[in-house]
Amino acid sequence: MRRYVLGRVGQLVITLFIYIALVYFLLQAMPGDISMIYLQNPRIPQAAREELKKQLGLDQPPIVQFLSYIRNFFTGNLGVSFSQYPRPVWDILLERLPRTLVLFITANALSFYVGFMLGRVIAWRRGATVDHAATVVGIAFWTAFYPLLSLILIWLFAYTLKWLPLNQFIEPSLWVYAPWPSNTVFGYMVFGIAVISIAVFAILWSLGRGQRKTGRKIGLAWALSAGVFAAGLGVAASAGMLVYMWDIVRHMVLPVVTLTLINFAGTMLLMRDSMLETVEEDYVMAARAKGLPDAVVRDRYAARNALLPTVTSLVLSLAASMSGGLVTETMFSWPGLGQVLFRSALANDYPLATGALVFTGIFLLIAHFVADMLYAALDPRISYGGEPVAEG
Amino acid sequence: MRSLAQHWAIFRESRIGIAGLVVIVCFGVFGMMWPLMFRNVWDPNVYHPVVGFDPTMMHPAAPCRGHLLGTDPIGRDILAQLMFSTGREFLLGVLSAMISVVVGTFIGAMAAYYGGFTDAFFMRLADIVMLFPFVPLLVVVGSLVRLDMFSFAIILGFLEAFGGITIILKAQALQVKVRPYIDAAKVAGGDDLHIIRSHIIPNVLPLSFLYMMFNVTAAILSEATLSFFGVLNIDMSWGMMIHTAETAGYLFDYGRYWWLWLPSGLAITLFCAAFYMVGRGLDEVVNPRLRKR
Repeated sequence: MRRYVLGRVGQLVITLFIYIALVYFLLQAMPGDISMIYLQNPRIPQAAREELKKQLGLDQPPIVQFLSYIRNFFTGNLGVSFSQYPRPVWDILLERLPRTLVLFITANALSFYVGFMLGRVIAWRRGATVDHAATVVGIAFWTAFYPLLSLILIWLFAYTLKWLPLNQFIEPSLWVYAPWPSNTVFGYMVFGIAVISIAVFAILWSLGRGQRKTGRKIGLAWALSAGVFAAGLGVAASAGMLVYMWDIVRHMVLPVVTLTLINFAGTMLLMRDSMLETVEEDYVMAARAKGLPDAVVRDRYAARNALLPTVTSLVLSLAASMSGGLVTETMFSWPGLGQVLFRSALANDYPLATGALVFTGIFLLIAHFVADMLYAALDPRISYGGEPVAEG
Repeated sequence: MRSLAQHWAIFRESRIGIAGLVVIVCFGVFGMMWPLMFRNVWDPNVYHPVVGFDPTMMHPAAPCRGHLLGTDPIGRDILAQLMFSTGREFLLGVLSAMISVVVGTFIGAMAAYYGGFTDAFFMRLADIVMLFPFVPLLVVVGSLVRLDMFSFAIILGFLEAFGGITIILKAQALQVKVRPYIDAAKVAGGDDLHIIRSHIIPNVLPLSFLYMMFNVTAAILSEATLSFFGVLNIDMSWGMMIHTAETAGYLFDYGRYWWLWLPSGLAITLFCAAFYMVGRGLDEVVNPRLRKR
């Protein structure tokens, strides 16, 4: 196991390096460069231009420029943004990253869960109306034009029904007198939710270990989870942060729902296909012959084994869901990485655009890595000796 | 291998695939009506999709007799734009999917057949390409050099070709490679290129065709998204139509100006869903375990 993880980390570092190099050379190959404004300006004397070129390091050979870029990158120097002038790129990206992270994880987890649940049901009732209906609706969302779908949802829930705020990350009028900056509250919120979910997971795991699930045990688990959640809320309320947290949550709902709608069908359809294969297996028939209830055969025998290919596809679709997430962020003015990327690209803010692109890549690489580890942990057939046994 | 007729018989069983095919044929007819209408029925000055203008009314005009789907904020006929774009979307989708599938099939077959370094190289390359967030990358590239539709289709095709499709097709080619008839071909003196071309590729082809359908969907969605954000050098497309409505500020009041976004938005979704559904239908042809018994 350790060797496998180390090998994957090595691959991760190499891939990261190649990715940075690709982004760098791609952007270098593009015509037009901000330095040309100075270097080709006839009003600046020739000697001053030469001096400027030297100061910008543009007289060095490309490989030296690249190496200095890499060095700057790893020392946290990504340059200064043009469009938000004196702020360093690194600073902007670090501010935006947690918001994208939370949106991405929540939406992916939710859409995976919804897709898994629906796929399991429609595969079990293959050919029924629910199967056809869910497939068609799923495909419609899966191939929907994201920007338009988000606009329609904004119109419906925020503009017409007024249930949810229009867009943005926070409600400015509420936050004018807030004693904390929004990122602090957001940080506490994420931390609190992480602690609560770990606690709930621990409770469910420790109570669900036995073979038999009794009603009392389930009740106890629910009560304990509710207690932990209430305690978390109480802590937030006593600190006076609850109002602000609630505001952020309200702003999160629409982007998360949009992303879930866009993404769930991929998992659902794959789950359906993969489960159609497992229901034909002998062990499912054996389970049925034993007289086990239908739901148990479905959930514990067929669905469990159908899960693995779905996890593989989750790994493969991370990049696509990232692209969808970036579009969604822009549409909802959610101030994350994606919005920064789109705005800086459209404003020709090269340092910020490069930085955001590289950050997106790193983010995806790490997500990929985590999903891979998850897969290896789930599938006992994967050997940890090096290469996976079954490739492709 | 089954014959084409047998493939068709299996495909016909899947209702979703047939529904998708019907929608695609409808779009095809719709797109082919464009040159006929433009040459014979419509006045080119009024109905030109990019520079047309109708001086007789205020714009955007609601659907009326002369303009069945109304006009956009600068006085161009929506139906004409929709029809004109259909053919171009076909071109874009099919061209980029063709490139990705042809290149992907060839690389997959090569990687499976030769193994060793070729295999490792292309698989690692695919790993990296798969990590690329295409849309953000193309946004950044597109904001620096304005891509036109043709170069966009080619870039997208190659990006897809070296990515996940290679891995999937290679896995399929690996299964073909170990069959006895490959050995028989080798013993009979067939060279590598011949074996790849006439034994491996034909057996991978149904799966390639399946992924071609999915890639059409991906290409058109990417084009629409990028056009919507205004980073492509395309004068007219479905995404561009929504972009026009959005930049002119008409998307704030949806209900009143529905003809500005509904036809094009619906067209994108329907068109992509149709190709996706055909892909699902083909999936049942390629993958026998999905079929009903």
